[in-house]
Amino acid sequence: MADDALFEFLHMEIVAHVYKEQATREDIDKERVTCVSTLELMGFRVGQGLIERFTKDCPTFKEDLDIMKFLCKDLWSTIFRKQIDNLRTNHQGTYVLQDNKFALLTQFSTGKQYLEEAPKYLAFSCGLIRGALSNLGLESVVTAEVSLMPSCKFQVVIQKL
Amino acid sequence: MSRQSNRATDSKKMNSELFTLTYGALVTQLCKDYENDEEVNKQLDKIKFTSHVVLHRFFQEGCAAGKITNKMGYNIGVRLIEDFLARSSVGRCHDFRETADVIAKVAFKMYLGITPSVTNWSPAGDEFSLILESNPLVDFVELPDNHSNLVYSSLLCGVLRGALEMVQMAVDVRFAQDTLRGDSVTEIRMKFIKRIEENLPAGDE
Repeated sequence: MADDALFEFLHMEIVAHVYKEQATREDIDKERVTCVSTLELMGFRVGQGLIERFTKDCPTFKEDLDIMKFLCKDLWSTIFRKQIDNLRTNHQGTYVLQDNKFALLTQFSTGKQYLEEAPKYLAFSCGLIRGALSNLGLESVVTAEVSLMPSCKFQVVIQKL
Repeated sequence: MSRQSNRATDSKKMNSELFTLTYGALVTQLCKDYENDEEVNKQLDKIKFTSHVVLHRFFQEGCAAGKITNKMGYNIGVRLIEDFLARSSVGRCHDFRETADVIAKVAFKMYLGITPSVTNWSPAGDEFSLILESNPLVDFVELPDNHSNLVYSSLLCGVLRGALEMVQMAVDVRFAQDTLRGDSVTEIRMKFIKRIEENLPAGDE
């Protein structure tokens, strides 16, 4: 069973690689956008696969809110060893998941240092959420924001068809 | 309660799958990025290696994705060794045999939950094989035909190389057998090249 540290190290390396890649290629303008979308896409694939394995034996969810709660409690504690600290919703398809001590940001800083670098390390996790929801039948748009490390908020907007 | 213990083992297993899936997504992305040969050669030239490392066999096969994951593994290894030393309370190894045992019985167990066997020692005692019955990196993985040359788990080689370099050992690590390529087991061959001298800062007495 792979250790948690391995995933964190691998994630760091992936982010470093994707950014180094883009720097050696053409447009500096497109740089930030493409890197983030590459990382998000990778997270999406992983999220899809992971949720399939995880919910193999679970009964179907009755409501969107149940799915979000499952994400916040079970999925988050499996991947990041803790639950989401706060889930808010407007009951109209928008959810805000707040993690006060996000596992992938704890090693950076506590406070405002390195705030500009934080989004790079959140892209993968946004994709992970989006992928997990996608395979549970919910199309969504997931963004993240950080104002004070290591706490961050993921905003999930469910797309109604 | 059995339900709770199920959750605990499930959780560990899921983390393993998280790592496996993430690595899979990475390799897929690399293969996609490097499908174009011209691009491949340009990128390969840019990757620098420290001078005392011997080029592995698979470099000659020209697999870019393998080379890159090896380099990434190296970067992970140089950091992982500190995590390992902090958590395992293993002292300095006195010889290569001890190193081999620590790698197989402590390190692999701690990070991948498997214990490979150490065999095939060379007569000079500077080369050995790690035989892995199962390789967690390749759960759910199949190599498509156009990538049959891919050394999928080359991340592992890089990790071992990087970690050992930080404890002053230059080693050559390569895959001798790979279940993904049809062999029955996965065999990693490790060869001791030389001891790296510690560089003391100038002016130290």
